[in-house]
Amino acid sequence: MTNEVAIEQTQNDVQTLDQAIDYLIKKYPNIVSKDTREGYGGVIVDRNHLIDVATTLRDELGYNYLSSATAVDYMGIAEPDSDMEMVYHAYRLSGGSALVFKTQAPRDNPVIPSLVSVFPATDFQEREAYDLYGIQFEGHPNLKRILLWEGFYGHPMRKDWKEAYYEEEHKPFSSRWPGGYVHRAEERNPYGKNVKYPADFDLSRLTDISEESLYAGLGLGVDVQSLGGEMRTDRLVVNMGPHHPSTHGVFRMVITLNGETIETLEPVMGYLHRNHEKIGERNTYLQNIPFTDRLDYLSSMGNNLGYVLGVEQLMALGSRYIPVPYRAEVIRVLMAELTRIVNHLWSIGFLLNDLGAFFTPMLYANNEREKILDFFEAVAGSRLMCNYMRFGGVFKDLPERIKSVANLVNDRVRDFNTMEYLTDIITERLPRFLDEYEYYLSENEIIKSRCIGVGVLPPDMAIAYGAVGPLLRGSGIPYDVRRAEPYSIYPELDFDIPTGENGDIYDRYLVRMREMRESLRILRQILPRLEATKGQEVWAGGKQGAYSPRIPVGEAYGRVENPKGELGYYIVSAGDPKGTQNPWRYHIRAPSFTNLTCLGPMSKGHKVADVVTVLGSIDIVLGETDR
Amino acid sequence: MAELNLNDLHDTEFPLPEGLQGNFAITSLSKIYNWSRRNSMWPLLFGLACCAIEMIGTAASRFDFSRFGMEVMRGSPRQSDLMIVSGTVTKKMIVPIVRLYNQMPEPKYVLAMGACASGGGPFKEGYNVVSGVDKYLPVDVYIPGCPPTPQALLNGLIALQLKIDGQSLANKDDVPWYGVGPSEPTPIPILGPDIIDPRQMDLIRRQTELAAKGLPYGVRELPPFQLKRSAPKKALASATTGDTGGGGGVERDAAALEIIKRKRMEALARKKAREAVTA
Ligand code: SF4
Repeated sequence: MTNEVAIEQTQNDVQTLDQAIDYLIKKYPNIVSKDTREGYGGVIVDRNHLIDVATTLRDELGYNYLSSATAVDYMGIAEPDSDMEMVYHAYRLSGGSALVFKTQAPRDNPVIPSLVSVFPATDFQEREAYDLYGIQFEGHPNLKRILLWEGFYGHPMRKDWKEAYYEEEHKPFSSRWPGGYVHRAEERNPYGKNVKYPADFDLSRLTDISEESLYAGLGLGVDVQSLGGEMRTDRLVVNMGPHHPSTHGVFRMVITLNGETIETLEPVMGYLHRNHEKIGERNTYLQNIPFTDRLDYLSSMGNNLGYVLGVEQLMALGSRYIPVPYRAEVIRVLMAELTRIVNHLWSIGFLLNDLGAFFTPMLYANNEREKILDFFEAVAGSRLMCNYMRFGGVFKDLPERIKSVANLVNDRVRDFNTMEYLTDIITERLPRFLDEYEYYLSENEIIKSRCIGVGVLPPDMAIAYGAVGPLLRGSGIPYDVRRAEPYSIYPELDFDIPTGENGDIYDRYLVRMREMRESLRILRQILPRLEATKGQEVWAGGKQGAYSPRIPVGEAYGRVENPKGELGYYIVSAGDPKGTQNPWRYHIRAPSFTNLTCLGPMSKGHKVADVVTVLGSIDIVLGETDR
Repeated sequence: MAELNLNDLHDTEFPLPEGLQGNFAITSLSKIYNWSRRNSMWPLLFGLACCAIEMIGTAASRFDFSRFGMEVMRGSPRQSDLMIVSGTVTKKMIVPIVRLYNQMPEPKYVLAMGACASGGGPFKEGYNVVSGVDKYLPVDVYIPGCPPTPQALLNGLIALQLKIDGQSLANKDDVPWYGVGPSEPTPIPILGPDIIDPRQMDLIRRQTELAAKGLPYGVRELPPFQLKRSAPKKALASATTGDTGGGGGVERDAAALEIIKRKRMEALARKKAREAVTA
């Protein structure tokens, strides 16, 4: 299904977003209505007809690519019969902004029909909403907890759920600021740990059911099947992870095998669920920036960018918004593209690791990566967690020289002119390295035989499952947020969107390789812009404005094409009148999380050894998957 | 050398035969044992979060911790000596971590890398986050940083080597594995309504009893802070204006300083006396 098909499906007279909304309202009077709250957009759908409306959206209006689905708890803000809300963002593959549709349910009994039958992409996201908000999705085939364990007490993202170390609703906590005298949280807790048990907790009836539901229905140890009457094989359940060198972190898969062939694969996650969103809703807007670094910890600059774009959208609703200066945009794109290269170097290195080229290609790739990290360190002060972008720009201009005593190579203190250093990496080192890398790897026989035809993701499935990034493009769909809904200065830059043809591991590998070359192409266009804007301002409104931004009431969805795919931040500002502003809802639509929906279908029928490579080709990072 | 009596070798004054001089070094068993062990630490190949990226960076070409005898990262806990806890420990993950730790053969060491593993880090307040791996496992070395740079990790590894150097085979209390018999495995936490440490069962029971009786539970009353409101600036201001009737912050501070000074002098005197006795 390519662009043309998607457009063809669209009703001919419905082209723009507004027309689509009008069409919906006309077709479903009293069911679909415009969202008229201040600062909001999109439509609100009566939950009893949600599936019909979603089907219309997909089949008649061409919004067949659902990217984000998340819940918002409007406790105390909305009417009690509609204070739990599901928000969906659907796109057309031909580009353009999202059609946002929402549906509401009462908080004390939130039942919403599941959209898995229309958009399989909602599968994990609905499970997440069930896990964290307790929304019951009618008709969901596998509604159980995804990030926490079965048996956990309560649904933690609800506004009235308090964690064990709870202090106050919002930061800065009055105990820390301005006084600064605090008891450590452990001291206040009788267990000395971050735990809390329900009042009616009965230890004698304690059972650990966290694993039970995983194995339910797998028919453990029951059957011996015959294959064509000759060979008899046992069905075997294999646990891979959470401690496994090839799961790229603490990811776990429960695999049923027939012989050595995979019958089912269930991803199990949450081993790195560190409550990013709950903490994010206690934080002020600014405090969240360093937290975004730790989402996809290989591409922190990209994460920063998505978040600041989201908040800037909100700020733009107000009257005092000052747009981002041009030089800041240039620097942002510079950082985002360097990050893409860093990430792809790493992910290709690890893919080869999984293929058995144990660490050698990885080490070469890492060598180049370190060069870029040095640059990050010189600019932002940290190699990995850059914490560099701010609302309205970036926090600091590029330094004149890259000088660091910490970076000793051959015992020589580094001291370079920044522009020369950058030019050297972008025009000399990296292209040369990529040529070399490709020369040795792309035509390698082992790589080809292990990757071609393995883990195929057909394009229609990729769309339905909401695959993003190189996974989607590997299947032949040229969808890239930088083109589909351009941000920053991407419209004026010249670059192509590489796509694959067969949607197998090899295609994804090639897409990543070519994307690095495209990034280099962008970077070569960035260099003269950097020179031309030298000395200009990099932060709108001066420091004050950016440190305590006044965020008007409303919702925003900031999305960027991160190396791993579309990273979206859904931010709701309830406009705290007291002045210290905290997001009411802060949701991260993580590419690694949704891409894992495809893992099961993609690995079916392959061997165990292939699962490792299929997973490697999706390129997940757990900080983002589990958040 | 037929007449060499092996027992004579115990005598440190034993004259070395001509041909062997220069080929002997005398050391203690502990030392040689520790020396071989500290230079062949095999870490468990296992990464938890962002810090793991820096750990891999440390293992990779540029920083290369194989220079310290650590190049062999093992996927199996049964072959490793060192667990580098590199990242946020969540409640869901602590269960496998404790299990892995129990499977490691002794002697074994734990290195908490980064703010998260040391004490919860930026995510400490999260409902699914363990406030540092030392709540469940004994930690040998803590490395600050978020993430610690590869240089910091190397420094931590060297600190661990120094620690191993100081351990003694003779002193059975020094390290548990030189004692007699196998040591107890760490109890594995249970995933109930929240994570349950089996070592705290009694405490949990007492708390639930309190709750059943309707008494306050789940919070620990702490003494309020003795906030010193007399900030230096204010004190200075009162001193300059000659206003002594107020807090008299300056005098109190001066008195406190006097006490501290006196205590220090006393401690110093005690130390001197001790040294005199031993000398
Ligand atoms: S200490 Fe910082 S870098 Fe390390 S795991 Fe924690 S958040 Fe990540």
